[in-house]
Amino acid sequence: MDIVILLIPIAIILAGVAIWAFFWSVNSGQFDDLDSPAHRILYDDDEELIPKEARQKGGPAPTDDGEQDSR
Amino acid sequence: MSAQPSTARTRCYHCGLPVPRGSRYSVTIEGKPRAMCCPGCQAVAQAIIDGGLDNFYRHRDGQNADSELIRTNSSDRRKQELELYDNPEIQRGFVHSVGEKQKEALLVIEGITCAACVWLLEKHLGSQPGVISASVNMTTHRARLRWQSDTTRLSRLLAEIDRIGYQGHPYQPNCEEQLLDRERRRAVRRLGVAGVCMAQTMMLTVALYAGELSHSMDTHIIALINWASMVLATPVALYSSIPFYKAAWRDLQTRSLSMDVPVSLAILLAYLASVWSTLSGSGDVYFESVTMFAFFLLVGRFLEMAARHRTGRAGNALLDLLPTSAIRLEGGKETLVPATQLHSGDRVLVKSGHTIPADGRIVEGRSSVDESALTGEYLPQSRGPGEPVIGGTLNIEHPLQIEVTETGSESRLSAIIRMLDRAQAEKPGVARIADRVASRFVAATLLTAVAVALFWYGYDPARAFWVTLSVLVVTCPCALSLATPTALTAATGTLRQRGLLISRGHVLESFASATHIVFDKTGTLTEGSLNIEEIRPLGARDSQTLLRIAAALESRSEHPIARAFRAHVIQPATDVQVHVGQGLSGTVEGKLYRIGKAGFVCPDNTPTQPEAKGMWLLLADTEQPLGWFRLDDKIRPEAAHTVAELRALGLTPLLLTGDASDAAQKVASRLGIEQVFSGMSPEQKLAHLHQLRQQGAEIIMVGDGINDIPALAGARTSVAMASATDLAKTSADAVLIANDLMRLVDCVRLARKTRAIIRENLGWGLLYNLVALPAAAAGLVPPYWAAIGMSASSLVVVGNAMRLSRHRSGAASTLEQVEH
Repeated sequence: MDIVILLIPIAIILAGVAIWAFFWSVNSGQFDDLDSPAHRILYDDDEELIPKEARQKGGPAPTDDGEQDSR
Repeated sequence: MSAQPSTARTRCYHCGLPVPRGSRYSVTIEGKPRAMCCPGCQAVAQAIIDGGLDNFYRHRDGQNADSELIRTNSSDRRKQELELYDNPEIQRGFVHSVGEKQKEALLVIEGITCAACVWLLEKHLGSQPGVISASVNMTTHRARLRWQSDTTRLSRLLAEIDRIGYQGHPYQPNCEEQLLDRERRRAVRRLGVAGVCMAQTMMLTVALYAGELSHSMDTHIIALINWASMVLATPVALYSSIPFYKAAWRDLQTRSLSMDVPVSLAILLAYLASVWSTLSGSGDVYFESVTMFAFFLLVGRFLEMAARHRTGRAGNALLDLLPTSAIRLEGGKETLVPATQLHSGDRVLVKSGHTIPADGRIVEGRSSVDESALTGEYLPQSRGPGEPVIGGTLNIEHPLQIEVTETGSESRLSAIIRMLDRAQAEKPGVARIADRVASRFVAATLLTAVAVALFWYGYDPARAFWVTLSVLVVTCPCALSLATPTALTAATGTLRQRGLLISRGHVLESFASATHIVFDKTGTLTEGSLNIEEIRPLGARDSQTLLRIAAALESRSEHPIARAFRAHVIQPATDVQVHVGQGLSGTVEGKLYRIGKAGFVCPDNTPTQPEAKGMWLLLADTEQPLGWFRLDDKIRPEAAHTVAELRALGLTPLLLTGDASDAAQKVASRLGIEQVFSGMSPEQKLAHLHQLRQQGAEIIMVGDGINDIPALAGARTSVAMASATDLAKTSADAVLIANDLMRLVDCVRLARKTRAIIRENLGWGLLYNLVALPAAAAGLVPPYWAAIGMSASSLVVVGNAMRLSRHRSGAASTLEQVEH
């Protein structure tokens, strides 16, 4: 059980490092926008990287919100 | 014979406005041709597609900002304005140099509606030559742009923002904004520290309790764990919890016992006692309770603050209203200057369709001025030489020369903002249920603690301190102080999903107890713009032909009346002449027509105006009248139902409006509102609310315009419409983002349910304390039992509150019945 005498101080030091890293990231503005990063993952920027034969034809269905009874 | 203009039309794929018949504008997006309403939208959509950014259309949540923005973007004036920003003198405020050849600018972007806009802007700017980085903040609409200053000019980048349908403005933070930013960062830091430390302390405490239960832990290990916990809990108690101490101190100075007082007391006492027992090696430690308690409360506060910051930003508020540049006349020469550099006494030229840059007096010219933003009167006022005009209002017809009388903080717009500050300071305090319970509870706990201390001092002096402490910690108002915030957070989240954004904590409590609901008319109960309601031909021609001619005449005008015709324009008229306050004349297909007031259009043989209420316009050619058009501001479709439901819930609806015409009476009678007050200035509105309040009414105010701001700030609870100006949103307690009045009914119902749940939670908290207190006073509660009891009671409270997030719109009425 004596190992905890070493492990507990290490845990505290690690917590201190975590807090320091957290302060640094807050001060550098990484927590200023908590809304858009959640959406960013939805955008596919890698279309040109997908091999041609693996691509779906015509891509995903476009949203039809701009049209009413035009047809 | 009458005809409704057809409303089922194709809508513009980009901005969602109706596409005029016979329009030839279209862009191929995702393999299909998409109709566009105007060349502006076409150009924007083409620019987006050419840049390979068609993903944007797949991911956006709604339509883009209206094409008004796009129209101004394409003007020559805007091009000249952008070039102003290359001037180092003007750049000084918002651009700074990074290294030798790089510059960084802070901008506010107008027109952002969803996350897809952020993506589009970042991608498009990032792909421009010379741009090093571009990042856009979705919450604040701010952009940070860094570019190579020796190869690229700022005006070119701003033009690129324009080209994809947005507008970039320099961002010059005022003191208030900087304070908000600092407050936000500080809150995030406090929350993070509390979170990290809580997790660590909890882990150590599990070991401690396990050892305690098996009675097999060495004392030196216990001492080590206690010391480690102390190290971890210290930043939470002395740094993260500072906001509670400050609030408690403020409350003590004003002699009111709010929830912050017992919270601070509990955190500080439990912490200090635990420190004492760690140092002396005797007694119990409560570090895990301290950290957990502080963390949960900080989460609640943080969410509340985030909502408050989201609704509106003071710095953007004036930006919407005042133009960025003005044409200054110096010895007959016209120079374009930034509007911020105008001084009192300057002579300024305001062309038709432009916004007046500062308060002033007309020196030359006669025109009509759209003051709707300030007065709520949606028809423009005619103004001539010698008469005053207000900065932020729109000059519609003819160029005006204005001598500036007031700029900056002295202007009328700023005066309204000052009025807002005052009204907010005088806002009636909201006596929260939790605070009332808290003050009695705190008093009772302290008395009990003193009594227990005295008793044990006589009975067993050695244990007196520890028993007294356990009384204070066990009764630590954990469940009690979580009772309200958890219920409020759950209800706020539910309402946000349904389209009502709450930015101040007291809204739900005051919605539950409100007796009166006050509506503004234009833009709140009505849609806020004129629509063609009816066409009555007088001769042989049918209504479609008349509509086509009228739309052609109105196509060039910026008048609110003309906007009603905009969707029907096919071919603009030529030789259009504006007759201020009277109407228009122009040539369509080789023939001269007039449209406007009957006396102007047909001075000789004026036909009698039809009976129905509304605004009637007459169209005539040179010989005879051709037909009547009735224009009206449409009442929102859900308004009548909303008013009826609110009445059923026991609220008295009122209508307060700045519009002096009989339209107010008409709207009110249509919706079943009995109390109507029309033609009221912002000051009168505020005074009326004060008067109602003195009669004991609890008021909810719903409005949208600048003229409603003092009233919004002065009402106990205020709701701004989604279309409201930023300034109105900032001063309101809640924003109706769904643009649907029925949400107000939902909110009242949910607020009442929330109140019921808060009462249940408080009841539970008190019950727990009634059981725990005697046990603690008798010296029977070891720390782990205190912790288990505290956690269990907190879980019950949180679980009960979570029921609010399952509250559904459809089930609302049945839930109500079950409860009452």
